[in-house]
Amino acid sequence: MSAPSPVELDEPVADDVMATSQPWVTIVWDDPVNLMSYVTYVFQQYFGYDKAKAEKLMLQVHREGKSAVSSGSREEMERDVQAMHEYGLWATLEKQG
Amino acid sequence: MTGFARHRRSKDIIATFTGFEADLLRNLAAQLVELLRNESAVPRASDPLEAMFDFTGPTTEPEDPVLQRLFPTAYRDDAEAAAEFRRFTEGGLRDGKATAASTIIDNLEEAGLPSELTEDGLMIDVELDPATAEVWLRSFTDLRLALATRLGVEPGDEAYWESLPDEDPRAQAHDIYDWVGYLQETLVDALSS
Repeated sequence: MSAPSPVELDEPVADDVMATSQPWVTIVWDDPVNLMSYVTYVFQQYFGYDKAKAEKLMLQVHREGKSAVSSGSREEMERDVQAMHEYGLWATLEKQG
Repeated sequence: MTGFARHRRSKDIIATFTGFEADLLRNLAAQLVELLRNESAVPRASDPLEAMFDFTGPTTEPEDPVLQRLFPTAYRDDAEAAAEFRRFTEGGLRDGKATAASTIIDNLEEAGLPSELTEDGLMIDVELDPATAEVWLRSFTDLRLALATRLGVEPGDEAYWESLPDEDPRAQAHDIYDWVGYLQETLVDALSS
């Protein structure tokens, strides 16, 4: 008769989990068409930012040509980019550099 | 031309258009619907049976520059991810934008715009609840992006458009683009008030 040998468990590997949660960002790009007031309105409505933050991001888009407007998981950023396209803003996503 | 305002009591968004303006807006919206539904979002499979079971969306950029602007490439440095994103989103985005433009047409006709505008002096009063006003707001963006892409609008080119003679059809189209911009500006103000 023998006792069941203890099951050896591998140490959980945390690296993969960390790798997939690495933050991504949604970038909104400047275009000559969208009104400054509209872009500010969209940032307030969709992201729930207060007017000061929304205006700051809008001005960054306007002056620097682009702005990272949100960050999170890749899936979340894909949702944000899709929403920006619904609003007619030119948006892309990328891994935070 | 007064643009949009918020009704003090009902909180609805209201605007009054001349028959000519309402008809113009309807025409623009109708052209956008046609464009969105015309160039197929899904490249049709040549085999009809295969086409019936093809539930995927497009993976490559649309050919029309307006559609390229309305459905931008989401990943700049990853063609494969960009294609996947497009496959899952472009169909829904197209439907949403076509539905929004159709909402403008329906609301104008419900407000009394006849299918053929013949009468002079007709005024169209629209009254939109805030959710419907949002739909108009987004669709104005699509209309402006479409007009600007066709015209080739660039940053800081206002002087060029003003220098064109009044009878130049491009100057007239640019006036329409400015007018929709004005309407949108007043609509943002009304919704924010």
